[in-house]
Amino acid sequence: MPIPLNVLEARQLARHVQGPQTPPTEDIREKVFELEAKGEWIVQRVPEPWLPVTTKYGRIKKIPVGHTWHHKSCGQCGHIPGYSTSIFWLHRALGLDYDDPRDQTSCTAWNYYASATSNVGAQAAVAMRNFGAAYESGYFPQIHCGTSYGHYKEVREQLVAHADLRDEVRRICDRLGRPFVMPEEIVHYSEWVYAMRDEFARRRVLDLSNIDVTVHPACHYHKLVVEDAIYDPDVYGGQRTAVVSAVVTALGANLKDYSTWYDCCGFGFRHILVQRDFTRSFATLRKIEVMREEADPDVVLTHDTGCVTTLDQSQFAARAHDRKVGVPVMSESQFAALAMGAHPYRVCQLHWHNTDYRPLLEKMGIDWRERWREFEDDLERLKSGEKQFLTWEDADA
Amino acid sequence: MTLQARYADVPVETKQRLFDEVKADLRFRDTLYGCYECGICVAACPSARFYDFSPRKIAQAAAREDLGIFYEQLNDDIWNCSQCFSCLRCPRGNNPGGLITIMREVAINNGLASARQALEGYGRVVYKIMSTGTQVSPDMLQPNAFPDWGPHVAEISENLLLWRRALPPETLHTTSTAWEVTDRTLTELYLIWHMTGVMDMIKEVDAGLHMILVDVMEELLEDAGYAAD
Repeated sequence: MPIPLNVLEARQLARHVQGPQTPPTEDIREKVFELEAKGEWIVQRVPEPWLPVTTKYGRIKKIPVGHTWHHKSCGQCGHIPGYSTSIFWLHRALGLDYDDPRDQTSCTAWNYYASATSNVGAQAAVAMRNFGAAYESGYFPQIHCGTSYGHYKEVREQLVAHADLRDEVRRICDRLGRPFVMPEEIVHYSEWVYAMRDEFARRRVLDLSNIDVTVHPACHYHKLVVEDAIYDPDVYGGQRTAVVSAVVTALGANLKDYSTWYDCCGFGFRHILVQRDFTRSFATLRKIEVMREEADPDVVLTHDTGCVTTLDQSQFAARAHDRKVGVPVMSESQFAALAMGAHPYRVCQLHWHNTDYRPLLEKMGIDWRERWREFEDDLERLKSGEKQFLTWEDADA
Repeated sequence: MTLQARYADVPVETKQRLFDEVKADLRFRDTLYGCYECGICVAACPSARFYDFSPRKIAQAAAREDLGIFYEQLNDDIWNCSQCFSCLRCPRGNNPGGLITIMREVAINNGLASARQALEGYGRVVYKIMSTGTQVSPDMLQPNAFPDWGPHVAEISENLLLWRRALPPETLHTTSTAWEVTDRTLTELYLIWHMTGVMDMIKEVDAGLHMILVDVMEELLEDAGYAAD
């Protein structure tokens, strides 16, 4: 295959004409609006109020404060439900309006990246039916999963670039009776947490100044469509994504660095399910052990479904090999909720996590024994039939 | 004894046809822009640390249109990729991970034996996502499925119904799906699988799973006024 010199020359010329300060990639959002002007689709506007954040090449991204449609994550809701519960709890703590829909499918991208038993058209159609459902609800999508977020941004690029694909997916949406809608911004929940971090800091009730934290940036957040991820010159000199890390600092905990921060967690999509020898090895040897040796953190925070699962669950087997493991893992949404006084079991649901988190809670000043006793009382009430479900009111009691 | 290239018995026409299918994918033209041989993609690649696997070789074989190596990779390498896209660190803008996504699709579409083998044990996950719209569910946390995660999984499994009722969000009181999904949502998902050829892909790679999925989808589709086929 010949090297596409015309593409490379066009890039070179664009940089020459526009100057070195110009972002090396085009702003896809402009194309999204151009397609709306041509009547190709509806663009769902970011609702007011929104907060401006800066992405990799200095562009401004709008993060809606509230009135959001929560595109849930199957891995979070299924296996680490305190992750999603904490995201909702943070919204409730700030008195923000949100929609937790039943009319939502998974993005199906975990399966796609694992097994390839799908295709471009199907993946785009799933994305657009979910966006259509959000639009019809009147709420703006906030995406919980890092893979859904990265995948939907790839889908957006493909739909913008290929008229045939747009036509195919539009026909499908017509058949489903859904509007053909592209959101003005594709927003990950961790971008919302980043944007709201000062609000959380103001409501913090625990002193975290003795808590050391390492951060694992999720691959599909900052490696897929890189120009749309949040960067901040004040966080690692703008050389890596600022989400999660900036939240740690804002909450008053100690952000600790380690050399393998860029490495993936070892999730592997298919590997975590059917080839976990790879997953366990990578997660423990390249991530947890390196963190222990170089930073000795009290907790690892990350912002994606697969990363929490992989880094947390992989540590059990490594103990049998006397590896340096034993660091609890959770999302920054759970950590922020704990800092604001959320219940570790009713809200953060830490009993679904594997690696021992109790020493961390003690260091944070949380009486986990008492909190667990309270939760066991809740379970007894559920068992006896006194209550059918735990409610938000119970969670905040 | 002479070294024999792997898959020498496979006709070159077959290899060419499969390569042409990869090249015809609308994403292909955005995956290759030449190679400096710098090895940054390999250094960033998690799979390269644990397998005989190289994203650099994947990109180079495709760029050179080397059908022999391409076919070897199609069978022996692509399922080792982690799909993390760390290789996008490439200074030329190559996307070996994206190339592998396309190659995997071609392997599945053509029912390659290596693809079937790679997906052995994975059918329950395909079934879950295609039939329920959520990829993993709480009831998949069974000790026999995750023995390396320790006794913690058994504890979850034993308390599953109770612990799910102890979740404040109303949508999460489920065990066989990650959250409660409406019938309308599922009907739309089933239509997407049918209209985009995904059901045909499944038929090619796992006829038994295809039969089960058709059966599961039939009732809901017919209730909504659609023919299941």
